[in-house]
Amino acid sequence: MLDRLHSEAPTLFWTAERNTMTSDANADLDKTRRFRDAALPHLDDVFTLARYLMRNAADAEDAAQECYLRALCHFDSYRGPAMKPWLLAILRNVCYGEFARRGKQEMPSDSTGDEPAAEKLPMWQEPQASPETALLREQDGATIRRLVGELPQQFREAIVLREINDLSYQEIAEVSGVPVGTVMSRLARARALLRSAWNAAESSTAGTTS
Amino acid sequence: MECRGKLDSGDDVMNCAECEILLHALIDGELDAGHAREVEAHAATCAACGEKLEAFRAMRQAMTGASLKEKAPVSLRSRIEAALPQPSAQIIAPRKFFQPSRRSFFGGLAVGTALSAAVAASLVLTVFRSDQEDTIAGEVVSAHIRSLQAGHLMDVETSDQHTVKPWFNGKLDVAPPVIDLTAEGFTLVGGRLDYIDGEPVASVVYQRRKHVINLFVAQRLGSEHATVTDRTIQGYNVRHWSEQGLDFWAVSDLAGDELDEFVQKISAALHPNPS
Repeated sequence: MLDRLHSEAPTLFWTAERNTMTSDANADLDKTRRFRDAALPHLDDVFTLARYLMRNAADAEDAAQECYLRALCHFDSYRGPAMKPWLLAILRNVCYGEFARRGKQEMPSDSTGDEPAAEKLPMWQEPQASPETALLREQDGATIRRLVGELPQQFREAIVLREINDLSYQEIAEVSGVPVGTVMSRLARARALLRSAWNAAESSTAGTTS
Repeated sequence: MECRGKLDSGDDVMNCAECEILLHALIDGELDAGHAREVEAHAATCAACGEKLEAFRAMRQAMTGASLKEKAPVSLRSRIEAALPQPSAQIIAPRKFFQPSRRSFFGGLAVGTALSAAVAASLVLTVFRSDQEDTIAGEVVSAHIRSLQAGHLMDVETSDQHTVKPWFNGKLDVAPPVIDLTAEGFTLVGGRLDYIDGEPVASVVYQRRKHVINLFVAQRLGSEHATVTDRTIQGYNVRHWSEQGLDFWAVSDLAGDELDEFVQKISAALHPNPS
């Protein structure tokens, strides 16, 4: 009796394992295909946020790729509703993880500080005497990119998610892991900072051209 | 500093501090009608807040107009495609997007998983024969969706059937029928070589109004169906039938009855002399 059981057990086990394997493989192929179709169309959004958070193209590419690999791993637990904020939240984690790994070398000055920390930023007042300021009016897009890129981290993140990734307040709150109220105050702060930088850039241009 | 304190308009007063936060919600379209009216009312009577509202609105418009979204580099897209464990990495190859030299260390991972995926796929095909039709239907829809992404739709772009048909010569082991249905309201726009289930297939691309129809043709693609089978996957209508030793799959976001009409026209054209 015991002998029989022993001789049968491995066979049963083998059958079970093989069935799991094939249906798993089937599910895996299907999963990857669904993932590709759902996630790849948002690559530009993911890359854009990565570009603003990491502040250089090579790091942004690595972060975006890592984001997609992690997203595929977690795709089983994805329940929607929207793919874009889900991907952007993963990307944000990748970027912050990378900052932590580097010992905050690349972290902007105010990394976790309170909002008043942003007030003592001399760069907003200083006209940048670089050659490209002369081209401000013609190169509005490039200038705006630079001004947004110089915002302190949490404000930069909020405004990019809102204005470029086009997320709702609720979605931004989910991506950044903060209450909607915080999103609103960050956005207000971000736009106020951006506006004064914008004005400073415009007046410095007016100064150099006239 | 420019704030003038409270606005004295009875119970629901809004002060500048509140307005300063809420005006952003207003320009972002995140306020309900009641709050929106309050903010607008306050901005109308408070010069400082009114000026801010205008300035931030203008700034928002400038940002929207400047198209600040970056385009992900093609090399990044291929790196990610290559790292995804799927045999359909082959799909990229004929379109010159697949650049093995640019693959990072994830390349090794991709080869490994693609290999195991291929082994697994063969197991799937032998063991789950009945699932094959569903799998192919899913792949057909995926191929259709991919084709709609910029620059993927056509390898040969012409409305001339006598250009499309010879284009497939030497690329496939079958000569797919290319039928011009322009007169019937389905414009032939071109052809494309695609890969489904690891096999090269012809896709003849048609258009009705703004809707794209991909007609995939191959020698054996799914189980044989003398009559048309229909299904809907992810909102796309799919029709599959077998005729003259070929399998046909039509996919489109076109309404079901219009896609049926398309299938009938193709099928009728394949039999010029019905007996």
